[in-house]
Amino acid sequence: MKFDLKKNKVNSLSFSFILLASLLILVASFFLAVVFGAAEISAAQVWQALTASGTGDDILIIQEIRLPRAVAAVVVGAALAVAGAIMQGMTRNPLADPGLFGLTAGANAALALAIALFPALNYFGNILASFIGAAVGAGLVFGISSLNKKGFSPFRIVLAGSAVSTFLYALAKGISLYFQISKNVSMWTAGGLVGISWTQLKLIIPFVLVGLAATFFLSRQLTILSLKEEIAVGLGQNIFRIKVFLFIIIIVLTGASVALVGNIVFLGLMIPHIVRAAVGRDYRFVLPLSALSGSAFMLLADLLARTINAPYETPVVAVVAMLGLPFFLIIVNKRRRDFA
Amino acid sequence: MIHPETIKRQRLIIFILVFLILATVIFSLGLGTSQLSFSRIIPVLLGQGNFNENFVLFSIRLPRLVITLLAGMALALSGSILQGLSRNDLADPGIIGINSGAGFAVALFFLYFPLQVGSFIYLLPLVAFAGALITAILIYFFSYDRNSGLKPIKLILVGVGFSTALSGAMMVLISSADRSKVEFISRWLAGDIWGTDWPFVLALLPWLLILLPAALYMSNRLNILALGNSIAVGVGMRVEKEQAILLAIAVGLAAASVSVTGGIAFVGLMAPHIAKTLIGKRHQLFMPIAILIGGWLLLLADTIGRNIFQPQGVAAGIMVAVIGAPYFIYLLTQN
Repeated sequence: MKFDLKKNKVNSLSFSFILLASLLILVASFFLAVVFGAAEISAAQVWQALTASGTGDDILIIQEIRLPRAVAAVVVGAALAVAGAIMQGMTRNPLADPGLFGLTAGANAALALAIALFPALNYFGNILASFIGAAVGAGLVFGISSLNKKGFSPFRIVLAGSAVSTFLYALAKGISLYFQISKNVSMWTAGGLVGISWTQLKLIIPFVLVGLAATFFLSRQLTILSLKEEIAVGLGQNIFRIKVFLFIIIIVLTGASVALVGNIVFLGLMIPHIVRAAVGRDYRFVLPLSALSGSAFMLLADLLARTINAPYETPVVAVVAMLGLPFFLIIVNKRRRDFA
Repeated sequence: MIHPETIKRQRLIIFILVFLILATVIFSLGLGTSQLSFSRIIPVLLGQGNFNENFVLFSIRLPRLVITLLAGMALALSGSILQGLSRNDLADPGIIGINSGAGFAVALFFLYFPLQVGSFIYLLPLVAFAGALITAILIYFFSYDRNSGLKPIKLILVGVGFSTALSGAMMVLISSADRSKVEFISRWLAGDIWGTDWPFVLALLPWLLILLPAALYMSNRLNILALGNSIAVGVGMRVEKEQAILLAIAVGLAAASVSVTGGIAFVGLMAPHIAKTLIGKRHQLFMPIAILIGGWLLLLADTIGRNIFQPQGVAAGIMVAVIGAPYFIYLLTQN
């Protein structure tokens, strides 16, 4: 790993250009996602819907179906990409991802438990359940990897994550089979972006926004932490406190995404890698860019999922998983030296 | 040269395990929702039962037991081979993605090929087997390096990647199905021994009959491979060929058992490990023991899961995972 920050690939000026470019891409993707779909809708109508200056069925489709869906994609993409970036920086593990480290599995198991024991629980209660579950999953994986004094190699943490996930998924399956709620649980954990409403978004968005905002305040500390723990201590950082804050942010971001769309794997792995290849290892640059590209990626993946086999929808979760796998393989291949 | 004492010890352990398995079988035969008292089991087995008793014993309970036992054995053997090949105690057919490959194929098949129930149920093992095999080939292909051959660590990492991607995709596939299908596939994935009829025994048995002796016959090669590639090359072994053959055996065993039992992980991890702590690392010594432990473990898990949580029962795969995951983590923290 390179430790020299001055050799960063970009300076602030060219970073502004990259940021602007990705913002444009995001806006374009958003527009595409709203325009294309099962019902024929023109760009002009989209404009009318956005400015609330028109009426009719098409406008209603845009306002109540396409817009919430696109907004959800933006929110989830940003949340997961940033969560992945923080995890990779914090653990200095190139394979860190909310899905691989047991967070999504934990949220899953907690949701199953909540639906089984408190069937009357409202949406907000379910969100809280998935926060708690994500915290438990992550806590297990990090706890296990801290049992070893010397610390775990990235390879072993991935294995620990895989074992914890298998365990938690088994629990979730056991619960949902025993209470015969498989279908209800899978609507949560695999729902994807179908049927997302403004009411759901209104509850989830504040969490994600707070999480993202907090992240950007901690980005300097995260950069230092991502270099080496000793350096961070040497620079007078209170490592423990920063790590706790970052941990909470990860939990909130991941928990909110799972509650909204279910298990999306590999997104948090891919985006930060791509972003770091473009702007280097300074997290003040990496985090905002990850948020933007995560959102754009999610929008385009959803668009692909809707059009690949139209008029049927291919679930976006499957699309992301399939796009992510080759990427995972590339990282494993490239960084083989780090894993032994 | 193996010390006679060690061989004696191995015989003793095998004897104890066979006894344990028999005891569990008898115990398990007497448990269940329909009435069949313990005192009647032996007479019915000897052919003195009435129609009802015969039906319960020979058509319901016995096939399930036999399948569970065989599947546990196959998984344990598969795990033993994988651990030897990867030189890593953490390898397990379930963890490296063979289960999810089979599961993905089953879910896909189940949802998109609506067939007659009768023929369909016997086609399912074939589909699962094909899915597992394709996944394994892909994993092998991606973890193979032109310069350095098969990298054990990479094999496992790539397996974990595939497993994550496929289970992600699978969850979504099943969510789009209707309720009864979701229940069935969820049960399948949870490792609820579902193929409980004699034809499924026939689907599983040939694999074991062929591959089990083959694996035991190759145990010395596994011993050498476990020492490292350079040593294996040094003693004149064609490493890549042997690795490929052994991997094929391991995959065949795991795929065959997963295809009739559903996704069961961790048996292939625990059984060989327990066997190694009992008798040491030589494959010809621990593999027979691992096989018996695997069969017994799964049998026990299924019996407990079926009878403790009435009336639904809990799938054997879940029982195994609940025991196996902490065991795995314990192994992980020990170097």
